[in-house]
Amino acid sequence: MPVIEARGLRKVFGTTVAIDGVDLRVEEGRILGLIGPNGAGKTTALNAILGLTPYQGQLRVLGRDPWAERDQLMRDVSFIADVAVLPRWMRVSQALDYVAGVHPRFDRPKAEALLAKTTIKHASKIRELSKGMVTQLHLALVIAIDARLLVLDEPTLGLDILFRKQFYDSLLNDYFDRSRTIVVSTHQVDELQQILTDLMFIDRGRIVLSCSMEEFESRYMEVTVNPDQLAAARALKPMYERQVFGRSILLFDRGVNKNIDRQQLASLGEVRTPSIADLFVAVLGNQAGMAQGATR
Amino acid sequence: MNTQSNAVPEASFQSHGVAPMAISPVRILYWSIRRELWENRSIYIAPLAVAALFLFGFAVNMFTLRHRIDASALDPAQQHHVLATQYELAAALIMGTALIVGIFYSLDALYGERRDRSILFWKSLPVSDLTTVLSKLAIPIVILPLLSFAITVATQFIMLLLSSTILAGSGVNIATLWKEASFFQVSFALLYHLLTVHGLWYVPIYGWLLLVSAWAPRAPFIWAFLPPFVICGLEKIAFNTSYCLNMLLYRLTGPEAPAATSMAPGGASMDFMATLIPDHFFSTPGLWTGLVVGAAFLFGAVRLRRHHGPI
Repeated sequence: MPVIEARGLRKVFGTTVAIDGVDLRVEEGRILGLIGPNGAGKTTALNAILGLTPYQGQLRVLGRDPWAERDQLMRDVSFIADVAVLPRWMRVSQALDYVAGVHPRFDRPKAEALLAKTTIKHASKIRELSKGMVTQLHLALVIAIDARLLVLDEPTLGLDILFRKQFYDSLLNDYFDRSRTIVVSTHQVDELQQILTDLMFIDRGRIVLSCSMEEFESRYMEVTVNPDQLAAARALKPMYERQVFGRSILLFDRGVNKNIDRQQLASLGEVRTPSIADLFVAVLGNQAGMAQGATR
Repeated sequence: MNTQSNAVPEASFQSHGVAPMAISPVRILYWSIRRELWENRSIYIAPLAVAALFLFGFAVNMFTLRHRIDASALDPAQQHHVLATQYELAAALIMGTALIVGIFYSLDALYGERRDRSILFWKSLPVSDLTTVLSKLAIPIVILPLLSFAITVATQFIMLLLSSTILAGSGVNIATLWKEASFFQVSFALLYHLLTVHGLWYVPIYGWLLLVSAWAPRAPFIWAFLPPFVICGLEKIAFNTSYCLNMLLYRLTGPEAPAATSMAPGGASMDFMATLIPDHFFSTPGLWTGLVVGAAFLFGAVRLRRHHGPI
């Protein structure tokens, strides 16, 4: 049974279509990165998965309808919806007490052990903690919940690089195993590149790209082309071209142009796997640039 | 205090796939109510503070009374009158404080969590919207009445002790004081009043406040109080009738106002017990229509909380 299965998922706010018929299937043990520009529908999609918003179409999370059964679903699903949603008046000890009181799968000693590694004091109120510490606390609570699916919506927004690094390290070392599933949406794409197993680009309510990271690595290649071979490189129909320090960097999609192989590209310049951010710009840039494309 | 939170047995942390040991709804409700008390400490601090202030004023009053009594010896009837008024005042002040706390609490209950975005945290836990709304309703209709009962009884008892000690040796007959203060009977009447009127009769009022709190995009206070005023005013202007106003007043004053307001020891007459027969209260149609309307408001509040995210 897939952890998340959506067919024709759709959500309309008034006249705005936030999600426009999304099909989605996430299997157990995956770490899916959901990437898209602001207003692309990421948060709406995640909210639908978490039972926070009604939707049209079919959606099953761990076999349940999230909108109808949010409270039961939350025994097996955890989420960090945003930074700093922990109640500011609460004490750290109260947060531990409360979660232990209402959650059947909360492992309090584990949460305490994680907190012991930080500088967070039990007696502190959440309003007294820095933004980074609030995130550490929230992560400690969530990691100590033995959930099957963890959803993170911009979990590290506004945190400095040290906290971000710690956040993902802790997630991998203390939480993730092959029987759990993580869905994460973020703008800080490149920090996730080593972590993700699957990648999904979403734009204007639609999935514009969906692939596993293995696929990503074998399919997309980026070449810093030697200036004299630019014409030859362009003849291979790159999906995107950009200029860095006067040199052209061409991005090739072997899914479109199957004849290209790595050796052929290596003869044109320096070949490497693109970063997710570069691919994102290429995919989204092409979409937005369709109309302008002709003038170039 | 925190030991109970460790009560989740280790067995429930088995690898997933095994159905988790469910936490009983009662326990979830208990923790939800405790959570409310953590957040809103005014629920117990405000009535306690009022009681403390009142006791201070009462002690000062007793000292001055002692001097007055020295001058002109009061007869027992007058003594009783002075004390009975004070007892009533204490009960009324504490109840009034609890009422105000309850109103402001209810208006903020489902609005505050949306404003500070913490609703996203509460909704990430396996607690249903129904449990949440019921726990927030329990504060004004169960916790506050019981709390104000306990505080009132304690305050009146301290008043009795204070007056006995201060007035001892001033020629006042202490035995009369204790005899007049028929503690058990009056406390029972107070408890009955709190549980029926504050607990059941006011359910539609708190239901309305929670509904507005769950709905209001901002300023829940205005949304809660303005519409009833506007509707009553319109009715007066358009039809020159005041059904709406009378209905509201009936709801606010309670079904049997005169009998139940005598909360002072000795202030209640013997036929007072007659009004305590539950038949009288529970056969009032207003109670049942009120409960039905209250249930509808609460149902609306649950639905709204389910739909609404942070503001």
